[in-house]
Amino acid sequence: MNREIAVVAFAQTDHRRSTEESSEVEMVMPVLHEVLAQTGLRAADIGFTCSGSSDYLAGRAFSFTLALDGVGAWPPISESHVEMDGAWALYEAWTKLLTGDADTALVYSYGKCSPGSVRDVLTRQLDPYYVAPLWPDSIALAALQAQALIDAGHTDEPALAAVGARSRADAEANPHAQVKGGSIPQGDYVVRPLRTGDCPPVGDGAAAVILAAGERARELCERPAWIRGIDHRIEAHGLGVRDLTDSPSARLAADKAGAFERPVDTAELHAPFTAQEVILRRALGLGDDVRVNPSGGALAANPVMAAGLIRIGEAAARIHRGASDRALAHATSGPCLQQNLVAVLEGDPR
Amino acid sequence: MPEVLRAPLVVEFPFTRSLGPVQSAFLTGLRERVVLGVRTGDGRTLVPPVEYDPVTAEEIRDLVEVAPTGTVTTWAWNHEPRRGQPLDTPFAWALVRLDGADTALLHALDAPGPAAVRTGMRVRIRWAAERTGAITDIACFEPYEGGAGQPTGHTGAFDEPLSGIVAPARLDYTYSPGRAQSAYIHALSEQRTVGERCPSCRKVYVPPRGACPTCGVATAEQVEVGPRGTVTTFCIVNIKAKNLDIEVPYVYAHIALDGADLALHARIGGVPYDQVRMGLRVEPVWTEGARYPDHYRPAGEPDADYDTYKELL
Repeated sequence: MNREIAVVAFAQTDHRRSTEESSEVEMVMPVLHEVLAQTGLRAADIGFTCSGSSDYLAGRAFSFTLALDGVGAWPPISESHVEMDGAWALYEAWTKLLTGDADTALVYSYGKCSPGSVRDVLTRQLDPYYVAPLWPDSIALAALQAQALIDAGHTDEPALAAVGARSRADAEANPHAQVKGGSIPQGDYVVRPLRTGDCPPVGDGAAAVILAAGERARELCERPAWIRGIDHRIEAHGLGVRDLTDSPSARLAADKAGAFERPVDTAELHAPFTAQEVILRRALGLGDDVRVNPSGGALAANPVMAAGLIRIGEAAARIHRGASDRALAHATSGPCLQQNLVAVLEGDPR
Repeated sequence: MPEVLRAPLVVEFPFTRSLGPVQSAFLTGLRERVVLGVRTGDGRTLVPPVEYDPVTAEEIRDLVEVAPTGTVTTWAWNHEPRRGQPLDTPFAWALVRLDGADTALLHALDAPGPAAVRTGMRVRIRWAAERTGAITDIACFEPYEGGAGQPTGHTGAFDEPLSGIVAPARLDYTYSPGRAQSAYIHALSEQRTVGERCPSCRKVYVPPRGACPTCGVATAEQVEVGPRGTVTTFCIVNIKAKNLDIEVPYVYAHIALDGADLALHARIGGVPYDQVRMGLRVEPVWTEGARYPDHYRPAGEPDADYDTYKELL
């Protein structure tokens, strides 16, 4: 079955360092209501619901089941969950719509980084035999990648600082961003060569999108963001097996998604660390004429498990409001850009 | 807005993991101060070694010893070591390609400061004094001036090879229950049970979680329920739980508090376990200074009619 599927609505929270006054469902529910309101749909009208989150952030098993209370899952709904960023939940929903089993899908994801120490929490996703027992935190691994990139002559510390400054300057126009302002000092080394400004803020947040197929998409949205292609690829888990200065999985996913068939005008890249934007720009062949991360990207707000879905949502929202005609959205998972998802979105000709 | 409640939450597991033959040889080798790699079909040597070729997925079993010396391929200076990391003084994280290997191993590099570290520098393994067959048998790397160390010519076959490892993991959290549950807990500490009503279906949820799971809308209207309630269903616990000072057998029950549309669960006391029944009317028993009822006991009322609680089963 060959169906056209589009992102027709996107909503997100204001991302903040802590939402300790709210439970997960209390944080997520307003975003669900907002994204439904944009389309006029009610929860009962949705054909498929898929979410992404991680119990390791909450420190509790099956934490996502309580967040489902915010959907209104009665009478029983068709529902699924991925223990991944919401971008992968969107991928599952996209395949579900392709089968024709549903015409609309609600995709949401959320992350509360505030209860724990996300640098340490993320060590638990590493090889449990040879790597996790050393507790190499997420910033340390990103720093190894950044140094490799510097050694290869692809960047230097001032260029990395410029990526951070540009992202936070762009975030001035994003009411949801957690860190904004181009004049924020780059700060001290966290793990050298990465400074505070090279690293994402730690924060809580949630996001939701609605997908719709064919004519349903046109009914629900004035200018749907059509998903022309979407693909995700993964590299070996061994850090020492990979070339950390490149992202062959991002490039292959982009190729399979059709990103190289025609130029894009916008790219929302899920690069939590400055050096990763440099790697992704090279891997995806993005020139200076492509607007990269006009939202400020993950360097301005990085609610883990939602930040990838937000890239797709931000790219789609630019198409909805006519600021983009063809956009690339990217999400990453795992250490040092191990796994990458690329979606190509287009608006109807104007 | 009432005060936000917070409580420490520690999640701690000793993960017990079995090893494949290649992992077993590598970790047993570390115990014996021997570093083994594995050869792929195209002749590369992977260190640390894996069971399957990361490119072709072919099963690989050809073990080959490499030197305890090598070259840094990238590094990062860690001036504030964190819990569990290999060294508790500032160190460099490093990927090290051991002499004889084609891939790099992640570990700590003990060096006096970042000025003493560079990509391409030569390093050697510093072995831990006590070794058990774990990646931490390598205490760290240390700077080393010299050529490649000599392998011992090991075959990869060991007496008493490891079959598994125990990897402890601990994560510390500060748990906050959110608005609705905080309000519930605050009221409980005053010996009141307060639920929340759904504005749409009018059901009263106890304990409230901030959302009506049926309607998907926020609950806000607070409704005091109980204190008495009805046993809707129950079970008899015959196995004593670890760290729980309650004699078995005892009864654990679902209790629909008067005015609530969702049953909560609690222990039933003050009555022999074999006399608890559906429809039994119960009331909470508070102990001095407790923030929640210790258990529920019979209230001395006639049993409730089945029709009054059948929707709450």
